[in-house]
Amino acid sequence: MSENASNCIIELKDVVKSFDDTLVIDHVSLSVRKGEFVTLLGPSGCGKTTTLRMIAGFDLPTSGQILLNGKDISLLPPNKRPVNTVFQRYALFPHLNVFDNIAFGLRMKRVVNTYRNPKGEEYTRTEKLTKAEIAAKVKKALEMVDLEGFEKREISTLSGGQQQRVAIARAIVNEPEILLLDEPLGALDLKMRKEMQIELKAMHRRLGITFIYVTHDQEEALTMSDTVVVMADGVVQQIGTPTDVYNEPANTFVADFIGESNIFSGTVTGKRKVRFCGKTFDCVDDFEKNEMVDVVVRPEDIVMCEPELGMLKGKVISVVFKGIHYEITVQVGRYEVVIQSTERREVGETIGMNIPAQEIHIMKRKYTSNIYDGVITKRNTVEFADGEFECDVTQLYPGSHLDEEEYLVTAQGEKIDLTGTEVTVEVGLEDISISDDAEAGGAQGHIISIIYKGDHYRVIVRTDESEEDFVFATDDLWNENDYVSVIIPKDKIKLTLKHTEEKAA
Amino acid sequence: MIKPLRFTRKSLGIPYAVFLVFFVIIPMLVIVFYAFTDKNNHISFVNFINFFSDPTKLSTIVYSLVIALITTAVCLVIAYPVAYILARSKMKQKYVILMLFITPMWINFVLRVNAIRELLNWIGLLGEANYLNTIIGMVYDFLPFMILPLYTTLLKIDESLYEASADLGGNSFTTFTRVTIPLSMPGIMSGITMVFLPSMTNYVVSDMLGNSKVTIIGKFIETYFGSDWHMGSMIALILLIVVFVSTLLSGGFKSEDNVRGTNL
Amino acid sequence: MIKKCLKAFYIGLILLLLYAPILLLAVYSFNSVNTIGTWGSFSFTHYIKLFTDEAILEMIGNTVVLAVSAAILSTILGTAGAMGIYYSRKKAKTLMNGANQIPIINAEIVTALALAITFVAVGLEKSFFTLLMGHMVICTPFVVLSVMPKLKQMDNSLYEAALDLGASPAKALFKVVLPQIVPGIVSGFMLAITLSLDDYIITSYTKPSTFNTISTYVYNATTKGNAHTAVTLSSFWALTTIIFVIILAVVLFANITGLKNKKKEAHE
Repeated sequence: MSENASNCIIELKDVVKSFDDTLVIDHVSLSVRKGEFVTLLGPSGCGKTTTLRMIAGFDLPTSGQILLNGKDISLLPPNKRPVNTVFQRYALFPHLNVFDNIAFGLRMKRVVNTYRNPKGEEYTRTEKLTKAEIAAKVKKALEMVDLEGFEKREISTLSGGQQQRVAIARAIVNEPEILLLDEPLGALDLKMRKEMQIELKAMHRRLGITFIYVTHDQEEALTMSDTVVVMADGVVQQIGTPTDVYNEPANTFVADFIGESNIFSGTVTGKRKVRFCGKTFDCVDDFEKNEMVDVVVRPEDIVMCEPELGMLKGKVISVVFKGIHYEITVQVGRYEVVIQSTERREVGETIGMNIPAQEIHIMKRKYTSNIYDGVITKRNTVEFADGEFECDVTQLYPGSHLDEEEYLVTAQGEKIDLTGTEVTVEVGLEDISISDDAEAGGAQGHIISIIYKGDHYRVIVRTDESEEDFVFATDDLWNENDYVSVIIPKDKIKLTLKHTEEKAA
Repeated sequence: MIKPLRFTRKSLGIPYAVFLVFFVIIPMLVIVFYAFTDKNNHISFVNFINFFSDPTKLSTIVYSLVIALITTAVCLVIAYPVAYILARSKMKQKYVILMLFITPMWINFVLRVNAIRELLNWIGLLGEANYLNTIIGMVYDFLPFMILPLYTTLLKIDESLYEASADLGGNSFTTFTRVTIPLSMPGIMSGITMVFLPSMTNYVVSDMLGNSKVTIIGKFIETYFGSDWHMGSMIALILLIVVFVSTLLSGGFKSEDNVRGTNL
Repeated sequence: MIKKCLKAFYIGLILLLLYAPILLLAVYSFNSVNTIGTWGSFSFTHYIKLFTDEAILEMIGNTVVLAVSAAILSTILGTAGAMGIYYSRKKAKTLMNGANQIPIINAEIVTALALAITFVAVGLEKSFFTLLMGHMVICTPFVVLSVMPKLKQMDNSLYEAALDLGASPAKALFKVVLPQIVPGIVSGFMLAITLSLDDYIITSYTKPSTFNTISTYVYNATTKGNAHTAVTLSSFWALTTIIFVIILAVVLFANITGLKNKKKEAHE
């Protein structure tokens, strides 16, 4: 523990952050070693920027702790933290020139100098940096970012790339223990971005300080970082080296977000055996037999061969040249398989495919069915997930039926008013459909995720009010953020009583 | 060759151009003419010389400047926190509160001055403290002219600049002096001009609240309108030059800062 | 938390000071007595006086007629002017823009004096016409300033597209350009009305001596007090209150509809 602590510069312990009841960071724990280049990676709104802002001190955690060198800094204001930030849109002071922008932090700084009085006794004084010291430091910082001689330039006369460099110089000139970078390359064009990636990496090596970098660009994360932290929905999905997160994605989200992948629904059929796309494959992961799993295969890991020699056989339906490789889409039965290969194939050609056992990544399925807490209403419908659905309440009591007044009559002939009864609602992944007519279904929400799984899409719809998720499979392609209503057939809503014992008694 | 008369888009401006010539340009030239002629309509600098050699005239000007300066300073001190608080507030209704500061501006100006006159009369200041009353009245009437330009510039300051300052070690005081104030300078300048100029010239306030005992430059011009157009024109011309120079210095008139602006 | 309270307190205090005079008048406008500070009983005396005094009614009517006619004429002149300026070559544009700025930047007293002297110099008797021109001088530049940004925001190819589809230049302007700049015209018109309603100095220099607006009437009643004054002063309290209530209603209405529109936009 102590060894760990000395090596670790910043540590987030069970940090939660919510803005006006909206949970943005959901129990995040994370520790960063001294000198490491850590990237927080995720789609927009995943909480990566909020995490960075809490480390910088712009936002304070709702609960949990942030430790810097073992000391709690959770509530310390930003100007007291030995941390500097490179802002997303640079945040350079428009009223100051390059020199004054970079010198801003130095002028705030107070250093303790030791002097010797005539008697030879030592004493200390807290002093500002001298003009010469400031000028020397600014000059060095400008050299570091290749902007020698830019001191007098006004910010508005600089190009985007130059502003970016000034922003970096302004941060590193203060010699922070940690440099925070909030999507610093987002505003640059592709070529510039590539150059800056290399320079930032070199700068990290030269300065030897810790970099915490936020981006939504997976390629940027993989090329630059020592450690990648993949986030989604305010939750850390996976922490690992770039190789780890690419080769061993922890779940389908990571697999889908980082790199290209084929994601299939599969079943474990035996020891190191998994069945998907209608065939049983050897694999290297052990799961319980008959467990429903997600199977991830990278497009470049699929080996093409003669039709009769492959485990899978299919017809090429599209070939796209991507510069270094071809992207070949093959129809295998009702599944679509994407392959990346340097070899060309023709559309319409029938090919065989093999997948080496070590390239089949199996992960526990996160969603096998939807389960909610619900309440029976007066009209014998069930309310859950911000919606109201028609259901068959007679399934709660075997042999019961409804009388003319819509009261439930049990097999014993007992009349029960179900209004207000708390139930557990279960809906299968295949039993939900959606419509863009908001009135068509029992609940409404926005689509927050779509993942293609070879022959269907797995879609998650989240309701606006209490943020309940509906997870389901569909053949239709929807768009993220679409506002839709959720339709569930009456007979597909499985209800179970919550307090069976009490009812019985 | 005779060009056929044809409707062009430019010709739409002709009526307004004519209007400007007759009711803006010519009257200005008339002022210049009167300013530089004597009573026999001969070209002369007598008004100019008389103006700058008469101590009573000069002292009136100085009084007027001092009143305007104090009014402007008080407005700035009161308005800056209002504008700052509203601009940085995350409240959804902050726009409504800003509107509340502007709303009194839509009541007839003279009625508004009359209202403050009644208030001053009620607390017993009317006729007792003419200069103080004039300043109170001007601050009351011109405050929104200061709040609005300050609010618009402060609103434009990106939140990340405050964060950058804190990130680089600035505390709230240094952030205010080194970031907020310099960045809101355009608003400060335009607010100052919009308060300073009417405080020198709008004599309705000083007449109604100062018991007609306070003479500001605007009133000064009016008193000459009855007796000596030449001197009146000279003072008007000097005022005109002062106003144009100060407007140029503060970066010109911005329509977005206009308090009665319905484009709010 | 304390900071928040302090901020709210400060805003509240300044607002209170800003509204104190008006609220004072509003309260005492229902007083039966003519003095502020001594409460007789609740009564509508001042309101009755306001609506029965012919001189007062006449000056209110004058004010409204003047404001509406000045605003309509300024809006027409200014809108056409703005379009003319916008489509002019650079030189004419700069000249017109410069001249347009003069009445805006100039102290009102200078504009008023210049107009008054000019009218006398050319032998023009003060009349409703001179007064109307005076008001147009201060209103029209603001109409131009409100219309101009809308012209700049407009896609220029719209006009060309209309011509391309066979519209005459005049038709293209009326059917295509004009609808685009309506918001600017409306706000220019509103601005012109408020400027005219508010004005004292220009009015006092360009009006015929028998003609009074609210501004000149109240100004004269308070500064050049006469026997009639004590009675009329208290009816101004009622007038102030009525105007205040009308404005408050308009502002609230505008805010509510504004908010609704914003919500609608957000939903779409």
